[in-house]
Amino acid sequence: MSGTWMTTRAWLLMLPLLVIMVAVIGWPLVDTVRLSFTNAQLVGTAGNFVGFDNYTKMLTSSNFTRTLATTTWFAVISVAAEMVLGVLAALLLNQEFRGRAVLRGLMILPWALPTVVNATLWRLIYNPEYGALNAALTQLNIIGDYRSWLGEPGTALVALIVADCWKNFPLVALIALAALQAVPRDITAAALVDGAGPFNRFRFVILPYLAGPLMVALVLRTIEAFKVFDIIWVMTRGGPANSTRSLSILVYQEAFSFQRAGSGASLALIVTLLVTVLAVAYAALVKKTAGSAA
Amino acid sequence: MERKNPVFTAFIYVCAILLAAVILAPLAWLFVMSISPAADLAAKPLRWWPQMADFSRYAQLLSTAENSAGAAFTASLRNSLEVAGMATLAAIVLAVPAGWAVSRTPSVGWSLSMVIATYMLPPVALSVPLYMGLSYLGLLNNVFGLALIYLTILAPFTTWLMKSGFDSIPREIEAAAMIDGAGLFQTWRIITLPLAAPVVATSALFAVLLAWDEFFYALLFTSDQRAKTLTVAIADLAGGRVSDYGLIATAGVLAALPPVLIGLVMQRALISGLTSGGVKG
Repeated sequence: MSGTWMTTRAWLLMLPLLVIMVAVIGWPLVDTVRLSFTNAQLVGTAGNFVGFDNYTKMLTSSNFTRTLATTTWFAVISVAAEMVLGVLAALLLNQEFRGRAVLRGLMILPWALPTVVNATLWRLIYNPEYGALNAALTQLNIIGDYRSWLGEPGTALVALIVADCWKNFPLVALIALAALQAVPRDITAAALVDGAGPFNRFRFVILPYLAGPLMVALVLRTIEAFKVFDIIWVMTRGGPANSTRSLSILVYQEAFSFQRAGSGASLALIVTLLVTVLAVAYAALVKKTAGSAA
Repeated sequence: MERKNPVFTAFIYVCAILLAAVILAPLAWLFVMSISPAADLAAKPLRWWPQMADFSRYAQLLSTAENSAGAAFTASLRNSLEVAGMATLAAIVLAVPAGWAVSRTPSVGWSLSMVIATYMLPPVALSVPLYMGLSYLGLLNNVFGLALIYLTILAPFTTWLMKSGFDSIPREIEAAAMIDGAGLFQTWRIITLPLAAPVVATSALFAVLLAWDEFFYALLFTSDQRAKTLTVAIADLAGGRVSDYGLIATAGVLAALPPVLIGLVMQRALISGLTSGGVKG
């Protein structure tokens, strides 16, 4: 069969997918770009061309800088914690002990739990009047009075990060475990014979095998964390006093609560650009790590 | 490790128990809340175990009596099933030919890479035009409209999974059938698709999980029982003035049951999927 026919046939087979993707991703993205240069409202007026007004307005607003800081903080802390806890759990699951298979199976549960159910569950746990966290800490005499964990700016973001970590560190653990099981036994045995301590064995023998898969997990989790919406919306709606507002929530408020489609679109594109830059930088890093580990 | 140091062994068991407790405690509490009488949940000090298990909330939520809490819940359950079912079916129908094409003709692979790169896009970057478009088509607050939008998430993912699945089926088998005179679709029917059936099943289950979990688009594009999905219904319950926290917990348990069962059933496939995705980079 000739090469051109093969290529034509391949395009024909891909056509339905590509048509749908252009309709539900390509066109909306282009239209978001167009909207971002107008003062369109969500319903009603189509709006006029306003140049870069939306962008300058959004970028210079204190809302944006504060929300960017909150989102970055959320992403950095939760992803870092998920990586550390995930690797520790994987190192544990890589040991031999009774019940290991069951424990590994349990790790699937938080991952499979719908994000909204997870958020609801933790919201109930943090409840200021009847929550299990308050009850447990009071009964253990750690705190004197019930506290409003999600109602105070000082604790709300940390409470969110804990809920996010609980759901996501098991996934990192499973990825790291799969990588650990690829480490040849004789290499760790040789390092042991050569007198390498536990830390050096981890740093120089095991970590190189973990680096590639962990980088991939790191990239995916960071992008996810930067786009975070669901868990925050259900637990705090960005409050109290906007202390947990993420970029996605800010866009939602601008475009849908205030119905300012134009400036909402410009904000959405700024977020998209940030995520893209992050992803490209990471991709380069992954390539480098994969290269040096091989 | 190779050493059989009793202190080390004890340490491992302590850590394992701790990890199991961290994973299980919140889930167990969700279930306990769902079967505790309301008075137990409001008691101070909190009663950690119900004096008498009370399963009535499950019956309450699954009843279809009009204007009850159950009516709203069962409607959203049905919507979630419909949207997830339709979106998954469509995603697989799109993914099979496209995945096969990229697998057998790598020169068109760049188009799939572009489709997959859209994963980076935050949904907010598409949401405003999608809202206006659905509104224009009269598909706001409609399960078909929502299923269509879910293809933005499901289709790139299933196509990528199908492509990797077809990669592991040797093309020589297909070539043999074609030499014997079978056309492309006949070859698929007799050779390729039966061999790819497990991958199709895995992709479909992943797609169902993604659709079941989706919240953002459902929140934006649905407004009442005709199209609201479970995730939106639960967020409504959690954010509303429901005084019985046990009812919220019950809704959570019911919504979590299908994906958790799927997760446990496909544990193997999931872990190998993660490994191939993760290790190959």
